Amino acid sequence: MFQRDRLFTLIVWSAALLVVLIFASFIGNIIYYGLKNFSFLYLWSNPINTGREGGIFPIIISTLLILLVCMTVAIPLSLCTAIFLTEFTSQENILARFIRRSIDVLSGVPSIVFGLFGNAFFSVKLGLGFSILSGGLTLACMVLPIMIRLTQEGLRAVPPEYSLSGSALGISRSQILLHLLLPAAAPSVIVGLVLGVGRALAETAALVFTSGYVDRLPQSLWDSGRALSVHIYDLSMNVPGGETSAYKSAFTLLILVFFINSITTQLTKLWLQKRIILQ
Amino acid sequence: MLSNSILSPLRNELALVWLLRILALMAGALVLLIFAFLLNESLPILGLVGLSAFFSDPSWHPMEGFFNLTSMLLGTLYATAGSVLLAAPLGILSAIFCRFYAPTHVARIFRNLMESLSGVPSVVFGFWGLTVLVPLVNQIHPPGPSLFAGISILTMMILPTMAMAADASFASVPQNYLRGAQALGLSKSATLLGVVLPAAKAGLLSGLILQSGRAIGETMALLMVCGNVVQTPKNIFDPIRTLTTNIALEMAYAMGSHRSALFVSGLILMLFIVVLLIAAEGINRVPKR
Repeated sequence: MFQRDRLFTLIVWSAALLVVLIFASFIGNIIYYGLKNFSFLYLWSNPINTGREGGIFPIIISTLLILLVCMTVAIPLSLCTAIFLTEFTSQENILARFIRRSIDVLSGVPSIVFGLFGNAFFSVKLGLGFSILSGGLTLACMVLPIMIRLTQEGLRAVPPEYSLSGSALGISRSQILLHLLLPAAAPSVIVGLVLGVGRALAETAALVFTSGYVDRLPQSLWDSGRALSVHIYDLSMNVPGGETSAYKSAFTLLILVFFINSITTQLTKLWLQKRIILQ
Repeated sequence: MLSNSILSPLRNELALVWLLRILALMAGALVLLIFAFLLNESLPILGLVGLSAFFSDPSWHPMEGFFNLTSMLLGTLYATAGSVLLAAPLGILSAIFCRFYAPTHVARIFRNLMESLSGVPSVVFGFWGLTVLVPLVNQIHPPGPSLFAGISILTMMILPTMAMAADASFASVPQNYLRGAQALGLSKSATLLGVVLPAAKAGLLSGLILQSGRAIGETMALLMVCGNVVQTPKNIFDPIRTLTTNIALEMAYAMGSHRSALFVSGLILMLFIVVLLIAAEGINRVPKR
């Protein structure tokens, strides 16, 4: 019996070690080759020779613009949906049930299907073409479920006494929402926002056929713009000799994603602390 | 939510309520819109050759009017099954390590690592696969870009989330069970295998199903390491093409019924996801004893 126990311990430890080793070699590889001859000039200069040399300045600008479009649409939409679902309707309401169900499905839709949809709807049907606008809108559809879910979690965690005492004082529902519920739920809303940005930043497949490949500095939101993840894909698959630059771009993207991730963790921690003090 | 009758009345704020209702309805209708567009774009070809052509045509040569998707469907299924079969035990063992074996600070570092890794973009995984893994596989068994490389990369991609989901379902195992096992004098491995795993089964299974959904939908990483040859793999070192990568590869130049056929494969992917979601929900709804 002790032998079996020892064997199991061995299996568990070696599995964990294997997992850590694989991921350490993966991250180590990207960081090592990414940092090799990395300079901040890379972030500030234009790509030369289809990206083999030069930097990624226009790509960073395009990425930011796509994120901006995405969040401008996704924030109000997810906020209102979450407020409606948690505060202004009952669990059994048929409309609410339909919305909840379809958001569940939406969260499972593969990114390439979002790409197909974005291409057919935003690029072709609405005539936006390959543009930052259609890329951003496609991403907004994609990040909606996670942002709605976290906003809902935040709103649900607000103690019911807030609404009750507000109502007892004769404050209107919109004022309660604006001055009591939303401030109390804000940290969770922000976590959702940051997670959404991270998800959007990591996306490639949905962007290839919506925001396109053009690596020039976009002049307007109707211009095509290449996102950082698409740049990595293009450099590694379509540009022979683009590996060095691809490593640097992958490193940049990885750092951005890790940075966003650590913000999320810190915010969640702060939020939990605050809630414990409140109670 | 609290019942409406004890809160301030809504009658003065119909504008707000309607605004919220309409925006929420828009968010809810999005899935229907996606389905509608996929269907709308697929209909031309479905009317032309019918659904059965996608499984009975001699090959995938959309320009010549042959639309067989079977080998890509199999590619998707093999890659998904392989990666889930690998990631599930590794993820569950990692979670067991984290919760029951590792010292507190090691467990915290491990959890942070998994959390950070779950956000790593698929294109970065694919890039690593292309530059490091594929040459390695090539040394074991040429050509290199293969089902095997795809399974390995997919495993790495779904493992962190799998481990986090397993960790969460272990956390929800009632403490009484553990104390009961201890009181019975069960060894640690017997407690974990005989008490904790069965108690966490529903959570583990639904995590597994959701991760299968992610594996089915993954595109970029597979595109970069699988070789993208349309064929039914005879062994694990053969290159494959999945449904998702097929869309990504051909969408750029597809026209007419070719483009339409790609939307059909998108529709098939959506159906997979819906089936998996229903399965996951069914598992969660099974009453606990």
